[in-house]
Formats: sequence, structure tokens, C-alpha cells
Amino acid sequence: MSRPLYHLARLLCLSLLCLPLTATAAGPAVKLDRAPININDKESLQRGARVFVNYCLSCHSASYMRYTRLTDLGLTEAQIKDNLLFAAEKPGETMTIAMRARDAKEWFGATPPDLTVITRSRGPDWVYTYLRTFYRDDSRPTGWNNLVFDKVGMPHVLHELQGHLVPVMREVIGEDGKPHTVVERLQLAKAGKMTLTEYDALIGDLVNYMTWMGEPAKAQRMRTGVAVVLFLSLFFVVAFYLKKEFWRDVH
Amino acid sequence: MSDMAVDNSKRRFLVAVSSTVGGVAAVGAALPFVFSMSPSARALAAGAPVEVDLSKIEPGMKVDVEWRGKPVWVVHRTPEMLALLPKHDDKLSDPKSENTAQQPKYCQNPTRSIKPEYFVVIGICTHLGCSPTYRADIGAADLGADWPGGWFCPCHGSRFDMAARVFKGSPAPTNLVVPPHKYLSETKVLIGEDQASA
Amino acid sequence: MQRLLAWVDARFPLTATWKAHLSEYYAPKNFNFWYYFGSLALLVLVIQIVTGIFLTMHYKPDANLAFASVEYIMRDVPYGWLIRYAHSTGASAFFIVVYLHMFRALLYGSHRKPRELIWILGVLIYLALMAEAFFGYLLPWGQMSYWGAQVIVNLFATIPIIGEDLSIWIRGDYVVSDATLNRFFAFHVIALPLVLLGLIAAHIVALHEVGSNNPDGVEIKKHKDEQGRPLDGIPFHPYYTVKDILGVVVFLIVFTAILFFAPEMGGYFLEANNFIPADPLKTPEHIAPVWYFTPYYAILRAVPPMFGSQFPGVLAMGIAVLIFFLLPWLDRSPVKSIRYRGPKYKIALTLFVIAFIGLGILGILPATELYTWIARVLTVVYFAFFLLMPWYTKNDSHKPEPERVTAK
Repeated sequence: MSRPLYHLARLLCLSLLCLPLTATAAGPAVKLDRAPININDKESLQRGARVFVNYCLSCHSASYMRYTRLTDLGLTEAQIKDNLLFAAEKPGETMTIAMRARDAKEWFGATPPDLTVITRSRGPDWVYTYLRTFYRDDSRPTGWNNLVFDKVGMPHVLHELQGHLVPVMREVIGEDGKPHTVVERLQLAKAGKMTLTEYDALIGDLVNYMTWMGEPAKAQRMRTGVAVVLFLSLFFVVAFYLKKEFWRDVH
Repeated sequence: MSDMAVDNSKRRFLVAVSSTVGGVAAVGAALPFVFSMSPSARALAAGAPVEVDLSKIEPGMKVDVEWRGKPVWVVHRTPEMLALLPKHDDKLSDPKSENTAQQPKYCQNPTRSIKPEYFVVIGICTHLGCSPTYRADIGAADLGADWPGGWFCPCHGSRFDMAARVFKGSPAPTNLVVPPHKYLSETKVLIGEDQASA
Repeated sequence: MQRLLAWVDARFPLTATWKAHLSEYYAPKNFNFWYYFGSLALLVLVIQIVTGIFLTMHYKPDANLAFASVEYIMRDVPYGWLIRYAHSTGASAFFIVVYLHMFRALLYGSHRKPRELIWILGVLIYLALMAEAFFGYLLPWGQMSYWGAQVIVNLFATIPIIGEDLSIWIRGDYVVSDATLNRFFAFHVIALPLVLLGLIAAHIVALHEVGSNNPDGVEIKKHKDEQGRPLDGIPFHPYYTVKDILGVVVFLIVFTAILFFAPEMGGYFLEANNFIPADPLKTPEHIAPVWYFTPYYAILRAVPPMFGSQFPGVLAMGIAVLIFFLLPWLDRSPVKSIRYRGPKYKIALTLFVIAFIGLGILGILPATELYTWIARVLTVVYFAFFLLMPWYTKNDSHKPEPERVTAK
């Protein structure tokens, strides 16, 4: 819904002012890949939740998200307790982590951000692309750089699964007339435990889960919305005839 | 305004239908606001049932746990304490626990518990809400030679026996409340959830 | 029932009020589409007050807790998400409705004599609404909240001599902080709502004293029947109540469709960066105010700094808002409604609408050199609409106004 509206707004700008539009969101001009989001696919969400608590939740918190909410994904409290509850004692708790912000800052240079609503600020496509475009860069302290987040502080946590990507460089003439080298694409230098397709599917599930976690009430919101709009449409018919009947008096 | 005949019955009908639909809309719009005032997921999580490990409670000792912001006592009663329980029924207001609001049905028995030796009760006096003091010392000097052990409320002097039944003459009107609880295993009790069947 | 009513009426003008403002308030019978937005603004006000009260039950005006308490509302409070989205959508809806309501006045001359005071009260409501929206926008304590407030408060710092101290006084600190959040909360939930309610009551009382204007811009009170009722008037109740119910239902369909299916409205009603907690050390890469402020923001950016000060831009922005007050006296046309006005006003109004929307769009976009120049042109158009109005309205041709209102 929001995507077409955005394009509509852009189109409106164009037709009104005939202006060329530059991208309003700043950042490197990397084309973001479309994340395979389907918040009704509960199996994908459950897989994503598992990846999330296993890999992300050691450094990142999701401190507005309660474990109990995972019951919306079709999990029972017992399943949550047995399979997903590593960092907390009770399913009613939120997904906090033991690491202190100051320690984290010392280790990584920046505090790993809370991930509860990260897909709402960055967008699912950004997160999806980000998690798939780490590449080897020996100039970085971690040995890793990222296509959409240049000089990122976070190392490639999932490199054992994805393998090692290396950049293929290309020279371009920049706006200042001087040649620059830019990353043209990434290629696999050392295979991981998964094929790249399997890895993409894993990240797809993870980002799907994170998108769901950004707004767990979304499914309910959509359902309620349909009922409300249908009811108001009925109200419209009644109100229309009511108005028509009374306005017969007015000439 | 015109002189044209007005179909009053049709108008009344449309006004009635609109009022009904509008009324439904108003109620529907009000409901989310009403629901929003009930306990949130956070409050529910904080009020979730509490697990207690009974193996860590020595005979005769009491542990305090918090459940829904209230003190809950779990007492490991000794055989001696249990033996004294039926001997002073005549001095109690409600010896048979006939007031069903004060305990779940499965605890309406002489020991007011599921297992006689383990007693679970909410530690708030039914008089004015103080938390009575644990006085397991049988025949305590200040409470009289026939004191069978139990609780004494420091606020207004209510007395309760080892099953938290109130003695006659106390200001407290009823026995202390036994919360819903169930056994997860031989040594683990979950406070806040009823056992499946009595 | 009748006796109860008589009992009350002897002590309180209940029936009299009902008659004066509804059943015997005569409104012109030729209201069109543009006349829905007054009652809709009232509806949105009610939505904002009710949802606001319930949000206040769960929100915490504390810099350490505010962001989390909003997410708490969105997740843990039953139907909290609905109440919050209704409030955030309502904020934008309020401005949409009010802008259309104001445009109606420009179309049909509703601000002209004898309704100058209604117009002035209306502009005051608009100002109070802008303040209300600004204070409210800080409360979620996200990055846009924080830096938006930072930028706006710093506008006051550009005022010569007292500016710096004034902005510190507004914030209660050297930067936007917990102290600022606390006082903005107080302004948002009680001070400005009280002011708004008072102004709105006065706006309606003044309107009902003078009587409503209409799309023909002629006074219906000139022609009355034997009982003194305007010949072209119809009682507000039931005719306009049933008509407004229809308008309300249509509005609610649009409103709930946004609320339930696109509450972020592509980032215009809820901005993506506001899902990042406020960080006083890190400005987001691109900040723009919420859409309803962007025309003025574009004017601010369009005016170049003079004498090493940003103040001229701030001044231009302030005048751009305040100039609305003068409108009843700038307009010298002998007719009120656009139906009988000549081409000059029609062209001027069209250019003004283009300038206003154009500036609104430019205020969202980053300020490149080209955009800044376009914004400058549109700013000139914006001010020319007002400042040249005495001349182009006086010299405009016009058609004769009818004696009575025309058919719808």
C-alpha cells in the first residue's frame, strides 16, 4: 500500500513541477534487492525467529518484543520456552540482552542498535540487502565491509554460512573528473556451509521475521480494517438515503 | 419548504435504521478504548504464575514469593503442626472452610491444601490488608499456652492457625485466601494457575 | 420527560441552545462540497481528544522512557496500536481538513465583511493547531521528533539580541532534553487543547451570530418571510445534520482506510526515521518537517541569509503565516464569491494554490540549487497573492451578484 502511494506522490511532484527527482534517502547508490516479505507465512516467520534468537540476539536486543508474542506465529509457550528462550527466564520477558551498552561500544565502536523496529526505519529491503552484501576488506578492523553500509562496525556474523564474498572493482570517472574505483559486484571466494541460494532464503526468513516483529499487530490491523471499511460502506448507504429523504423538502 | 406530502413513516424508518447503525458504530468505536484499559501484555507477564521449588523449604519454614504484587507464603508444615490442626475447631470462625471465596475447591479440606505438608496462602490479613507475622512457636509466651502455631497480625491482633483459619474474636472476618495453585511435579508448585481437576 | 425538560429549561437554556444553534439556526440551502470541512474539523478534534486521553494513560513523558512507552502502546496495550495510529493519522487529517476549510473561504469570500472576526478566530485556531502539532511531534522521542524540535526551536535563536536566551528558555536546557519533553507534553495535552477549545467555541458562536456565508456569497438574511426566517435558509437540523452525517461517513471511510491500511502513508504521516530513538549526537541524513509544515519550511530555506543572519528567512516564514490575518482587509472586490469574480482573482488564486502546494513539495525535498530557485519564485508568488490583492481585486471585472442564492 505504501509503495504505490509513494510512487503516486513522486509522480504528482513530477507532473506538477516537471522537476527531476533525486533520491531523497541519502546513502550509497546501491540498488536494494526486494525482500521476500510475507507476514502470513508462519513457517517462514518461525524459521526467521529461530535465526534471530540464535544469531542476532547475542549482541542486539529487541527490547520492545515479548517472547510470548511469538505465540502469534503458531508457537506454544512451551515451544518458545524450550527452543527460543536463551537470554531470558520467562516467556513474558522482552528480548533484552545481557551485554551492557558501554561494553558494546568499546568492542564494536558503536552500540549495536536495538532491532525491534529496525525494518520500520531502514525498510525490509535495506536489511535484506545489507545482510547479504558483506565482503572481505582488509582495510577494516573487522576484515569486513558492506555494500549498503560502508565502513560498518559489525563483522559478518554469518560468514560461516554464506562464505566469503570479495569485491570485483571497476574504475569510473567521478563528478570531479578523476577516476575512482567502485565495487561493481561481489563474487564468492570461499564457499560457506550453505549455497548462496540457501543463504538468501535464510536471510529472507530472517528479514520476514524482523518485519513482522516491527509491527506484530499488522495482521490484526488489516483484518480489522476490512471489517471497519465494509461496515462504514453499509453506513454510507443508510446515510445516503437518510439525507436524500430529508432533502426532498429543499427546493 | 414545500407542501409536498412528506412520507413520515419512511422518515421514521430511515431515522431508526441510521440511529441503529450509528449506535453500533459508536459502540464499536468505544470498544478498543475500553479494552485498552485492561491489563497490558506487560502487566500480564508481571502477573504470570510463579514457580516455587518446594525441595528447598526446610520442615517448619516458610518462604515468601510475590505473585501479582502480593506476598504469597509457602509453608512446609511438620507432622506436629498438622497433628494440632484439628484440635481447636471450636475456637475457629470457619473451621470447615465453608466460605468458598477464601480457597479453591480443591483446598476446601481440613488442611486447606493439596498436599497436607505444603501450605500455600496469600499473606494479606482479611481485616484491613496488613501482612500477619509468622509465629510457628507452639505455646508462645505472648500468645498463650494453647497457641497452636500460626500467624498473628501486628496491626489489629487477628490470629490465624497453621491453615490460616481465623480464630474467633479476631477482627479479621474470614480465613486467609488460598490462591489457585497446582503441582508441576513432586517438588514444584505453580502459584496462580488452577489445577486441572479437583 | 417533558417535565424533566421543563425543569432543566427553567434552570439552563437547553432547549433555547438547541434551537439557536441547530433546529432554528438557518443555514443557506445551497451549501456544496466545500462546506463539509467545518463539521469534519470538529469530528477530527473529537478523535484527537479522545485518542489523546487514552494515549496519555500509557505514555511516559521522560526522555529515557518515552520512545519505549510508544512501542509499549503499539505492542503491549490492547488495541494501543489502533489508538496511536488514529491519533497520528488524525494529526495529518486535521491539517488536510483545515486547509480545505480555509480554501473554501478564499473561494467564496467567507472571510469578508461581516465575517472578519470569524476569520481571525479561524487563523488563531490554525496557529494553535500548528503549535499543538509541533509540541505533539516531539513526544514519540524519535530522531525526527528530536531534530525537528531542535531546528524549530533554533529558529527563535535567530531573533536578534534576545534570540539565544529565548531558545534556551523555551527548551529549559542547552539542547532539546528531558526538560523540553516534559514541558512540551504539558503544552500538548492541556494548555493548547484548552486554547483550541476556547477558540473553536468562539469561532462557532461568532459564525452563528452573523450567519453562514454560501457559495454565492450573498446574504440570505436580506430576504425573510413573515416569521423572520430567511427565504433561502433551512434549519441546520435536520437538513445539515443528515447531510453532515453523510459527509462524516465518507470522511471516516477514507480516514479508516489510511489508519488501517497505510498508517505511515509512505513515510509522510509517520516518518521512517522516527522509528529510531532520539540521539542528540547524531543528526539523520535527511530531515524534513512533517508535510503540513513544509510550505513554510520551504519559504524559510528560500530566503537567503542577510547580514550574516538567518533571521530574514525566519521572519519571512512568520509573516507567511501571520499574513492570513489581514486577508479580510486586503480583498477589495465588490463581490465575495469566485462565481462572480473576474479572471484576475481566479488566476491569482490558482497561482497561490500552485505556490502553496509547490512549496510544500519542495519543503520535503533536499535543497539543491535548482530547487532553491524554484522555491524563491514560488515564495514571491505566495506573498504577491496577498500584497497585490488590494489592486488586482479592485481592478478586476466582476459579474453582478444575484439577489437570492442560485440553485445548487
